Amino acid sequence: MNVELKNINKHFGAVHANKGINLNIPTGTIQGILGENGAGKSTLMKILSGFIQPDPGSEIILDGKPVVIHSPADAIKYGIGMLHQDPLDFPPMKLLDNFLLGLSGGLFPNRKETAQDFNLLAREYGFSFDPESYVDSLTVGERQQLEIMRLLFLGARVFILDEPTTGISAGQKEKLFATLKKFPEQAMTVIFVSHKLEDVENLCDRVAVLRGGGLVGETKPPYVTSNLVEMMFGKAITLGARQPAEAGEVTISMKNVSLEDVRMKIKNVSLDIHAGEVIGLAGMEGSGQDLFIRACAGLMRTVGGRIHLQGQDLTGKSYHTFKHAGVNFLPAARLEEGLVLGLSLTDHFVLAEEPKGLFIDRAAGQKLAEDRIQSFNIRGKPDSTVESLSGGNQQRAELALLQTPLSLILLEHPTRGLDIESVIYIWSKLKGRCKTDGAAIVFISSDLEEVLQYSDRVLVFFNGMVSAPLDAGKTTVEELGQLIGGKGWADKGEAHD
Amino acid sequence: MIKNRLGNLSYQLAALLLAFGVVSLILLSVDASPSEAYKNIFKGSFGEMRKFAEVLVAFVPLLLVTAGLLVTFSSGLWNIGVEGQVVLGAIATTWVYRFYLDSDLPPTLIIILAIIGGMLGGAIWAALAGILKVFGGVNEIFGGLGLNFVATALTIYLIFGPWKRPGVASMSGTVPFPDEFSLPLWQNLRISPWALVIALIGIVFVYFLLQGTYFGLRLKAVGKNFRAAYLLGIPTWQYSMYSFLICGALAGAAGAMQVAAVYHRLIPSISSGYGYLGLMVAMLINYQALWAVPH
Repeated sequence: MNVELKNINKHFGAVHANKGINLNIPTGTIQGILGENGAGKSTLMKILSGFIQPDPGSEIILDGKPVVIHSPADAIKYGIGMLHQDPLDFPPMKLLDNFLLGLSGGLFPNRKETAQDFNLLAREYGFSFDPESYVDSLTVGERQQLEIMRLLFLGARVFILDEPTTGISAGQKEKLFATLKKFPEQAMTVIFVSHKLEDVENLCDRVAVLRGGGLVGETKPPYVTSNLVEMMFGKAITLGARQPAEAGEVTISMKNVSLEDVRMKIKNVSLDIHAGEVIGLAGMEGSGQDLFIRACAGLMRTVGGRIHLQGQDLTGKSYHTFKHAGVNFLPAARLEEGLVLGLSLTDHFVLAEEPKGLFIDRAAGQKLAEDRIQSFNIRGKPDSTVESLSGGNQQRAELALLQTPLSLILLEHPTRGLDIESVIYIWSKLKGRCKTDGAAIVFISSDLEEVLQYSDRVLVFFNGMVSAPLDAGKTTVEELGQLIGGKGWADKGEAHD
Repeated sequence: MIKNRLGNLSYQLAALLLAFGVVSLILLSVDASPSEAYKNIFKGSFGEMRKFAEVLVAFVPLLLVTAGLLVTFSSGLWNIGVEGQVVLGAIATTWVYRFYLDSDLPPTLIIILAIIGGMLGGAIWAALAGILKVFGGVNEIFGGLGLNFVATALTIYLIFGPWKRPGVASMSGTVPFPDEFSLPLWQNLRISPWALVIALIGIVFVYFLLQGTYFGLRLKAVGKNFRAAYLLGIPTWQYSMYSFLICGALAGAAGAMQVAAVYHRLIPSISSGYGYLGLMVAMLINYQALWAVPH
């Protein structure tokens, strides 16, 4: 289906989120929409999928016919299906019931027939699903596949994918891309929204770049990465050279630490982490790095060995004892574990400080919030609730909650879902804390380039095995990738060998 | 926030009008006059000083219970055990009175001790629900409801057992206490201005606790996201317990009022369901202390 957007404008109050966007997407193309966080990509896609209405004068033309899309249900009638960043399904229900939900049927849905169609469709696209299993048993990647199937089933001819590669494994990403690449043959159109250059370059037939709500340019392969970056940000951006730390005294020392949960055991890890040092933890999700970082935070009891923090034995102590000793942990699940929905930024900053007396000094809290908002470049107001902030700003808010003084910062996926400019900003803040506070950093990331760029030493996790610390400056992405996949462990050895 | 309140107000007024509309339809369908009915409601509540005093008699325990529940709701707890906490407040107050029945202490002091006793009784009962929740993982609704049954059974046991009237025990309760054990009543009405003052202190206390203190903010954080609050360094389970204790103490005060100002003895239905009613009031006022008192 040919999708033509003509002069799309959208105001949210004073904010001009889409500025007269004109874009023609021919049938059978994979169109990339690239832009930094807040560039207006999501707004444009929400307009096309009927979630929000554009300003008057905007036009959407499908196969030459102007249409007005009032709702997502309307959009699917026109053949436009949207795959959201977070799957909009019903986890406690069976796959088949999720499928039946979107169908207009009689009082009693025909489960048997739908199950047949379900299996047929799954086979056609190479997915393996049991229609009678429950959605919450699926991974995020599988739920995405399910959602794609559901949209296919509903007759979608245009697929909008909003940041679909965030939070899925590399294997699932390959599978997703392979599926999407089949779509153009069947005259279907794919709109792929992302801030990840690599994904867009690998998948898309053409790319449109948005910046500040407007369309700044369109390109076709071969892509020149530096040009795309310049279009996205309006300037050239480079990661800069690695900045190795000047390691100070030992911050945290682990001796023969063993960890255990229901899935795996980690045995006898010994490691000293020095002040100012950054340690990256690499590995497939769930290879044991999450246990390791939680043990550093005191959130997980060790089953053997001892942990000393700045010479103090904290083995078996609670998280709050670790926290008083200057250990801060920022979890990956920002909204589930990191921030309190319904509370404002001011509330968060006040909570993170030591109480002064019984009553809260509102004026001081407001001042504190204004300072933090400014110094962490958060787009929000002191009384904004955290859920009203964009993902990048939530991340910055979490960062602004780090206490002073600090000895150890533990981060899970600190830059997941953020564009490169935000990533650079956040790391400059973190490295700043290493310098000013002499803090050490331990972080988990699935982005290997990030791991090598910002770490001094890297620990690789594979199925509960922990590698000896690798010098990040002398390790390549390829080597790291092999180790993560379980190859080449013989020469690297384990941390306790 | 003020603007929000006014916006909501029109909704609330519309809801009230609709409720009157539905009631009127029902009354009309049985050939009763709605205007007559509303007139009687109004006259029955505000027509005479004596009747208005009865409204206040119900208002006092309801306000105390609601104040307490605002605290537990803030910390994300559904303290349905509040009903039993009112009952235990009444039992504890009765116990203190019985203990000092023949003492030479000034009656005023005994009344104060009895009210404090009631608050402790309610707090201990709430602490049981809290311990079950915090250390046993028993949902506070299950624990609370169970404890409510125990509280009722305990009342009946005391009235028909150890504390029974001389001669034949009766559903009308224990022997009434002497007049000097009563909170001073207003003229010859059934309402004690002191009870009203205590209830108002309760709600004002809760208002400031939740609005302006670190304690209140931490409590809210625990209620909205237990996990994140823990990671922010808040001692979460302790805060859950504090909120149970505060709510229990206020519910216990409501029970104490029932004994010290209204019934002057322990009766089987001493709480009159004010605990459950308080849950609804707390929800109706959208968990905000400012709405609890008509103003």
